[in-house]
Amino acid sequence: MTERLDGRQDPPADTAGGTSPGPADTPRTNRRLGPSPAVAIVFLLPAALLLGIWVVYPIVYSIFRSLFDSAGNGFVGLGNYISIFTDQGMLTTIRNNLIWVVVAPIVVTTLGLIFAVLTERIKWATAFKLIVFMPMAVSLMAAGVIFRLVYEEDPDKGLANAVLTTVHDTFSSSQGYPEARPREGDQSQVAAQDGAIVTKQPAQAGQPVLIPIVGVKPDVMPANAQPARPPAAGDGVSGTVWFDFTPGGGGQSGAVDGTEKGLPGMTVEAVQNGQVAATATTAEDGSFRFAGLPAGSYVVRLPQSNFEASYGGLTWLGPTLITPAIIGAFVWVWAGFAMVLIAAGLAAIPRDALEAARIDGASEWQVFRRITVPLLSPVLLVVFVTMIINTLKVFDLVFIIAPASVQPQANVVALEMWRVSFGGGNNQGLGSALAIFLLILVLPFMIMNIRRFRREDT
Amino acid sequence: MTTATATAPKGLETGAPRRGVIGRIVDRVGSGTVQVVMVLLGLFWLVPTVGLWVVSMRTTQVNNAEGWWTIFTKPAELTIQNYANLLGSGFTTSFWNTVLITVPTTVLVIGIAAMAAYAFAWMDFPGRDLGFLIVVGLLIVPIQIALIPVASLYGGTGIFGSIPGVVLFHVAFGLPFAIFLLRNFFVGIPSSLLEAARMDGAPEWKIFVSVVFPLGKPAIASLGIFQFLWVWNDMLIALVFANTDNQPMTKYLQSQMRQFGSNVDILSSGAFLSLIIPLVLFFAFQRYFVQGMMAGSVK
Repeated sequence: MTERLDGRQDPPADTAGGTSPGPADTPRTNRRLGPSPAVAIVFLLPAALLLGIWVVYPIVYSIFRSLFDSAGNGFVGLGNYISIFTDQGMLTTIRNNLIWVVVAPIVVTTLGLIFAVLTERIKWATAFKLIVFMPMAVSLMAAGVIFRLVYEEDPDKGLANAVLTTVHDTFSSSQGYPEARPREGDQSQVAAQDGAIVTKQPAQAGQPVLIPIVGVKPDVMPANAQPARPPAAGDGVSGTVWFDFTPGGGGQSGAVDGTEKGLPGMTVEAVQNGQVAATATTAEDGSFRFAGLPAGSYVVRLPQSNFEASYGGLTWLGPTLITPAIIGAFVWVWAGFAMVLIAAGLAAIPRDALEAARIDGASEWQVFRRITVPLLSPVLLVVFVTMIINTLKVFDLVFIIAPASVQPQANVVALEMWRVSFGGGNNQGLGSALAIFLLILVLPFMIMNIRRFRREDT
Repeated sequence: MTTATATAPKGLETGAPRRGVIGRIVDRVGSGTVQVVMVLLGLFWLVPTVGLWVVSMRTTQVNNAEGWWTIFTKPAELTIQNYANLLGSGFTTSFWNTVLITVPTTVLVIGIAAMAAYAFAWMDFPGRDLGFLIVVGLLIVPIQIALIPVASLYGGTGIFGSIPGVVLFHVAFGLPFAIFLLRNFFVGIPSSLLEAARMDGAPEWKIFVSVVFPLGKPAIASLGIFQFLWVWNDMLIALVFANTDNQPMTKYLQSQMRQFGSNVDILSSGAFLSLIIPLVLFFAFQRYFVQGMMAGSVK
């Protein structure tokens, strides 16, 4: 690999070779043989024309255009700007931009810092950097398609929910039996109550509690379910939860017939005076036993949680989560940028300073917090500011990832500008006002750039 | 490698020898955790793109039925049918439009910016410093500002919707970064080289072509790759200024987004094709890519 991604970069300031004051001064002081200004104008003319017509003139034009109505005839003064801050949809848009500007730069910079520090500790740092940096080369359009696939709501199709449900099901043992209900009737020992199933009479020790269930859909029936059996005799409260349905007909309702399946993974509670005294989980044959329960009068209950649909993940592309979801895609794209810049800054930190602190007994965390981060602060600032500018201009990702129906909830200023002026709105007065609004938002950073450049280049 | 920072703090071992053994054990355990965390993070960054590729290699019916990760148990489902279907469709045209927009833009930006950068770096003229500060200021102007004015300008001249209209817009907005990057590089060329040429009476265009341009190759390569990717990946400018005949891939694919579920075959294979060339360029020239990024971001 080349030296650029393997952590030995020059400090960024040296890369262009021009930001150091030495050579920058040379042309100004040593000028004797330079050509006449006329030659300079010839060299500058194409660039000046293009910048003048396509960049500078539009800024002036937009300022004027923003003061007129959608047709461009009626002067409305600051009316377009007022509607930016009063329209309900626009306020959502501005709120979204605020979320973007506050969250995205912090997350990207922090992740970049963590990655840059951690890559110093692995041998395959170059491979890691290449992988994380790769999304920078991919169009935001393609990144949008990638994340539309990741965020598909169906856990069988969308990766994000597939991972979430897998993790959830690993840590939560309860097996969901949506729409299952007790077999009720006079002979039945149990009845439904507030979504749960309870025994009508307190359970007696040594007498099995039979809880027949119907309405279990075939697709939620666990593969490991065994034919139901009454629990072996023994002390304490015990019983069986089973699917009281014999395939092909026959069998007696309310009785364990031998072919019917037990319902494993049911949570069973022993309740005394409204308090849960013990909890058990049914085995593969549907049997349960409350071991070590003090003698007394208990009602056996199958809590409601048994009958809720199994966890299906999050609605990433719904109105609530859409902005965080798109910010996730943004972080995926830009973390590599932050990592590479910060790693370059890290490589430029003098090792002696770190080692001196370690000799003085500083812990790794103290070294990081008190020495590494302060020395990195110029690079961190550059990354942070670049990310703020990028979040203000974010357009493609929102446009591609947010489905048409939730675009109003995901809207940002740059997208709204396109929408009102070209994407159907056809209001170029409001569009111009939005463009000027964007320009004003980046103006402080523009001034900051000019200031810094003047400082570094004189 | 820089692992020295993490695993061999020499000072620590000489300064506090008793912590050496414990320190090493902590390091060993810690490094194991770091390895695991980094592998997970690497997967997190890699897997979504792999997912796109697998989806693009399966039929719509299969994709609508099950997640792409089931491919590991049934690799026979892989097919290039989606790619074959793209041939001859609107996608092929849009692919060539992308090339026709990207290549001229990149060449023009390099040529025009190099000339201006040379003037800013090595010529004396009134207003030079102010002119360059304006270029620095224009670095982050949002392109939204120019969409409406340039659209009405184009409407009057009849190049609205055409490829030259798109190219000129891209060139203009590529120039500030390009001039900035190249000027900072050219300024570092040893003045003796230029003065020797000027002493010999060589005309400026000749010095530019035979001295400055060859010496500036590393910066020009950085700029070239950056500019190429920027234009190749653009969607906003294409949305506004390219009509359906001249639309690049990004706009074509965007128009297929509305029926995401039924168009997932076109979208996944098209998106994957659109990112193949940038990825190849990125891996081949990542060094220049990173250089350009660094030089450009220290604005």
